[in-house]
Amino acid sequence: MTTAEVTNSVGARLAWMVRDYVLLARRYMLHARRLPAQLFFTMLQPLLFVVLFAYVFGEAIPLPGGADYTQYVMVGIFLQTIAFAGMTTGAGLADELGRGMVDRFRSLPMAPSAPLVGRAVSDVARNAFTIGLMILIGLAVGWRISSSPLPAIGGFLLLLLCSFVLSWCGMLVGLLVGNTQGAVSAGIGVVFPLVWLSNAFVPLTGMSTGMRAIASWNPVSSFNVAIRELLGNPNPVGADPALPMRYPIAASLLWILAVLIVSSWGAMRAYRRRTS
Amino acid sequence: MTAFIEAAGLVKRFGRVSALTGLDLHVEEGTVSGLLGPNGAGKTTAVRVLGTLVAPDAGTATVGGYDIVRQSGQVRQLLGLSGQYAAVDAHLTGRENLELFAQLHRYRKRAAVRRADELIDRFDLGGFVNRLTRTYSGGMRRRLDLAVCLIARPKLIALDEPTTGLDPRSRYTLWETIDELVGQGTTVLLTTQYLEEADRLADQIVVIDGGRAIATGTSDELKADVIGERLQVVAADNDSLPAIEALLERIAGTTATVDPQLRSVVVPVSDGRTLLAEVTRQLVEYDIVVHELGLRRATLDDVFFALTGHRTDATVDESGDGEALAASAGTDSRGGEQV
Ligand SMILES: Nc1ncnc2c1ncn2[C@@H]1O[C@H](COP(=O)(O)OP(=O)(O)O)[C@@H](O)[C@H]1O
Ligand SMILES: [Mg+2]
Repeated sequence: MTTAEVTNSVGARLAWMVRDYVLLARRYMLHARRLPAQLFFTMLQPLLFVVLFAYVFGEAIPLPGGADYTQYVMVGIFLQTIAFAGMTTGAGLADELGRGMVDRFRSLPMAPSAPLVGRAVSDVARNAFTIGLMILIGLAVGWRISSSPLPAIGGFLLLLLCSFVLSWCGMLVGLLVGNTQGAVSAGIGVVFPLVWLSNAFVPLTGMSTGMRAIASWNPVSSFNVAIRELLGNPNPVGADPALPMRYPIAASLLWILAVLIVSSWGAMRAYRRRTS
Repeated sequence: MTAFIEAAGLVKRFGRVSALTGLDLHVEEGTVSGLLGPNGAGKTTAVRVLGTLVAPDAGTATVGGYDIVRQSGQVRQLLGLSGQYAAVDAHLTGRENLELFAQLHRYRKRAAVRRADELIDRFDLGGFVNRLTRTYSGGMRRRLDLAVCLIARPKLIALDEPTTGLDPRSRYTLWETIDELVGQGTTVLLTTQYLEEADRLADQIVVIDGGRAIATGTSDELKADVIGERLQVVAADNDSLPAIEALLERIAGTTATVDPQLRSVVVPVSDGRTLLAEVTRQLVEYDIVVHELGLRRATLDDVFFALTGHRTDATVDESGDGEALAASAGTDSRGGEQV
């Protein structure tokens, strides 16, 4: 028998768990390569948004102080892209679990959380790649990173953290809805209001008072403001901003922690409760 | 020989549906047991409960001496489960699937590759193992799935409807593979909707309906009036049905079943050839015209009729309460003997 000996020390269990995560994350990354069409459309969508906003809407949305809209909107597009990627992952999970895979996963001696964690991790890797491409697209249409390297790196790390959390949200939605088609629709229903009721595409200064209050407390706005700040992009939040807009980085980290706890707990619970 | 699976009074409910209503099961080590039943009988649930994938609401069971609820970890190590839907990763090749699942069974990378090689040889997967499994036929996918569930050398394999949806050739190939496994001492629990499959593979047939076993035995034990031969006559017109029915019942000495839709009259027989000659002679004598006349093997439907007095389709989508089912059996349940 060539299986490694099964030990029960905490360290050994942790090591096996990490190995399970890595194995499944690699598996989902392989999927991305096996589905080139899906990858292509994942890339096409942010490209379209960049072009749309930089060249079509850009002129129509004024920024205070006459700042360049392209500089402003890129971070919003980054976030929308990874939010959609998170929802796609939820649909992918619903799809794979629908065909007997839960039983197979459960009968393996692996960490029960591995299929979910593996997905979230592979999403981060995949999104790193997507973001890399989007940076190139952005640079091509005149967008610039105007901060020094350290904060800029911090900004992209924050973006990847968001990607991790949004994958968990997507998986929670996918598990609650239970089927692929429903998960896709529900994902769109979650992402659009979340992103569009934030300052992703329209600055807070251009909103009515009520809208501004909603948008200021939307976690996506905190992410936007924090990342714009770290990348040195224009970042108007208006006079007398709400608390999260005043401390965007701290607010982002708190949001991330809170949403991660709720969504991962909810997703694991829904996953465990699935009966087939 | 010792009992490898011992289940008593297993009950499993999903909301208002009772999938198992008190299943008893006894499986000897090194034998093949076939759970035979129509759609919705509770076969899949039985396999999943025994495989520790869902906990029973009542009842107890041990697999290899381990309790399925309290010692589920040990049970899983003994068991390889091939579900109703072949659960392999569609976007990986067959080989990648085998290696991945071997690694998840805690084989190191190189050991996993070796184990994959062994299984590819053994299941003769070489011809297609490097293709993405989403391009596989049902038979290929099923063979791969079987190989996957044998990675950790389980002592018991549970196969849930392994040949449903396969073409005849793939079915025979799979039967041979199962024979081979049994030859090596593996205990097999399989579910099927096909009487011929249970008859061909299983040492013990457990007929289940409404979530419980309604008959258990070797195919010989069940043979006589349950899974034995049937003499069937298809009448030329509905008017002659009563005459044919009377004739067959007289000759066979037992109750016949009439299906007015198909215009057929069926009676279980033990010495079919002799009776067939007699039936032919009398049909001529009474000048009854028929379209078909012959012997055939029992179908699942016949088995159910013999055991419960109702047809298989009446068992689907019911509450799963056996008594209620038998009592509410369809209008054509005339004369079926209760076992
Ligand atoms: N996960 C589940 N959730 C709800 N109902 C289920 C579930 N699994 C099985 N059932 C119900 O339990 C009954 C028995 O199903 P099953 O065990 O799949 O039967 P079989 O495999 O013999 O077709 C059916 O009525 C089915 O609808
Ligand atoms: Mg089934």
